[in-house]
Amino acid sequence: MTRRLDVLVCSGAACVSSHSAKVREALTQEISRQGLGDEVRLVETGCMGPCELGPVLLVYPDGAFYIRVQPGDAAEIVEEHFLKGRPVQRLLWEDPEARRIAEKRKLVPFFEKQSKIVLANCGMIDPENIEEYIAANGYEALGVAITEKTSEQLIQTIIDSGLRGRGGAGFSTGLKWGFVAREESPTKYVVCNGDEGDPGAFMDRSLLEGDPHSIIEGMAIAAYATGAAKGYIYVRAEYPLAIKRLRTAIEQARHEGLLGERILETGFSFDLEVRIGAGAFVCGEETALIASLEGQRGTPLPRPPYPSTVGVFGKPTLINNVETWANIRHIILHGAEWFRSVGTDKSPGTKVFALSGNVCNTGLVEVPMGTTLRELVFDIGGGIPGGKGFKAVQTGGPSGGCIPAEHLDTPIDYESLKALGTIMGSGGVIVMDEDTCMVNIAKFFLDFSCDESCGKCIPCRIGTRQMKGILERITEGQGRPDDVGKLRELASVLKATSLCGLGQAAPNPVLSTLEHFADEYDAHIVDHRCPAKVCKPLIRYGIDKSQCRSCDVCRKACPVEAISGTPGGGPYVVDDEVCIRCGSCADVCPFGAIHVAAGAEVSVAVPGNGAI
Amino acid sequence: MHKQPAHNACYTKLSEIIQANRHIDGPLIQVLHQAQELFGYIPTEVQQFVAQEMEIPPSTVRGVVTFYNFFRTEPQGQHTINICLGTACHVKGAQRIVDVLVDELGIHVGETTADGRFTLTAVRCVGACGLAPVMMIDDEVYGKLDREKVREALQRYAA
Repeated sequence: MTRRLDVLVCSGAACVSSHSAKVREALTQEISRQGLGDEVRLVETGCMGPCELGPVLLVYPDGAFYIRVQPGDAAEIVEEHFLKGRPVQRLLWEDPEARRIAEKRKLVPFFEKQSKIVLANCGMIDPENIEEYIAANGYEALGVAITEKTSEQLIQTIIDSGLRGRGGAGFSTGLKWGFVAREESPTKYVVCNGDEGDPGAFMDRSLLEGDPHSIIEGMAIAAYATGAAKGYIYVRAEYPLAIKRLRTAIEQARHEGLLGERILETGFSFDLEVRIGAGAFVCGEETALIASLEGQRGTPLPRPPYPSTVGVFGKPTLINNVETWANIRHIILHGAEWFRSVGTDKSPGTKVFALSGNVCNTGLVEVPMGTTLRELVFDIGGGIPGGKGFKAVQTGGPSGGCIPAEHLDTPIDYESLKALGTIMGSGGVIVMDEDTCMVNIAKFFLDFSCDESCGKCIPCRIGTRQMKGILERITEGQGRPDDVGKLRELASVLKATSLCGLGQAAPNPVLSTLEHFADEYDAHIVDHRCPAKVCKPLIRYGIDKSQCRSCDVCRKACPVEAISGTPGGGPYVVDDEVCIRCGSCADVCPFGAIHVAAGAEVSVAVPGNGAI
Repeated sequence: MHKQPAHNACYTKLSEIIQANRHIDGPLIQVLHQAQELFGYIPTEVQQFVAQEMEIPPSTVRGVVTFYNFFRTEPQGQHTINICLGTACHVKGAQRIVDVLVDELGIHVGETTADGRFTLTAVRCVGACGLAPVMMIDDEVYGKLDREKVREALQRYAA
């Protein structure tokens, strides 16, 4: 019997977390029980994208896409679909609006607007098998580069393609390569920045886990073009699976003669080493990354000199981000012209985004540059769950900002996002619904930057602390009339005088929320009210008399005995003085009688009167 | 979670690791990762041992250990709970999950329970944003958390 079905089991981080391994085991057992071992092959792949729907399976060649598969479903899938050829309808992706069953993955709206270049292999091949990568034209670009092209030709191709750094800053990749190539040094390095530290970003993780060879190939091509013989891949310690798969991939590439001495029997030699980070956000900054790679504290250095002149161990070094590396082989294979045909004039190509937060379809997506935020959030993301209203979308992590609804039709590229007070960043996109407090979000990011500041330069070390302190008092109802002015003043100092990108960009979340959500700051400072009902000191819990059935459930749940009443003895009441706003009562009330009010008497309450 | 063989054996192993890393450039962080694997944490004595063996000042080792979040200088409880405080988790109510954990365990973030069973720590992002809010207990990820799910998860490790 010949093989007739390939079953791709997503083994990206989110699906693994949803226990995809147990599903795979169950499928393996059922397949062998039905004697289909020769006909059906199970393949573990990297992330397919729709993390919310995991664990997911994709069956080839018919394209059936199964979602939220449990180990208990294995018997039915194997018997009905694999044996009898009838896909199990109840597990196929169903479009909640159109009420149609998307039998083929192509028909799932989540995938319809995407165009996968960088992620083409992710979720389609076994990342631990080099043969599958080679079968998908893997290492062909490297072969072409080192046997048919000169260093100058390769660099010119990358310049012509218009590829810009996908780590967020958007500098021309080709120019960067040129700087390193120009240096006259017998030792040079190429480095992959896999220190994906932005909270809410998992693009690089998915790429490293799902298609590690594409990174290796990109780096090898650059090493040839710039004259480097050694490369480092710097990965966060928090990504053990990525580290494991990279190491496997490097071993396999060495075994096939694609890394090491005299690659493909040419005069070109190149080898790679994985270096593991140790948890410091600042190490995403390239000079800090270099220090960390050298085994030191990851503190940044003033630039110039740039790493292209003085980098790892003092040698000229080319540093690119994971996603940038993954683009290289496609540009070499298909040409600069082809790459420019995707995306916008100034930002060619695609961008991978990690979509999360208050959005229906969370996950990993790849779209052409120039796609609008609305398409990303509503068409691909499926909009806001629970019938809530959209409030903002946050890009760029702690260095970025929040974009309100009126700018949803902005096409995504480096310049337009910058004009809105945010940055492209590495690709984390967090959607926020009407229940999100924008002052609280600003405080969240400042807290992050303050905590992750390496402490080397004063503006960042002290400035972030001061800004955080002001935001804290605003969210506690102690805001002062001149606080907004102070925030703006501190922000301008931090931007102008911090040593590295961490401090320079730290004020962005505050400035963008001040720009687009000034009324929320006013509500907190002037009215002592948190409109989104998030900031605890500015909300009050109460019980709706008409809905309370005096069932006693809330009184029992309250950890501080703030609720009083007797079962059946009329509506219960919350003592605001005692209440710690933990929300336990609202969680347990079977009648939805607990309500939260935006606004509270300020802490300096006058006895017997309450409000000032 | 970590095996704790006799300390002497750990030191012998660590010495071998340091020897094996001699040929690579800038090995300190990579050595410390393996030291933490061996000992479960990196106390002052281990820092001093590394400094001596690598022939570098103890202050350099300490400087690196204390700079990075990943390195621990205190022993961990039997199970480590890592609550994710990334943006996606924050937007989906991670703070309430922290409150529940603090309430259930009777300790603050960064502390270990008196019986040595749980250590509660916070991380910036575990990269499982699609499942927010998320926590990890040892290597297991628990996603889409609410009060009940936290309690259920803790129960599994209570016995």
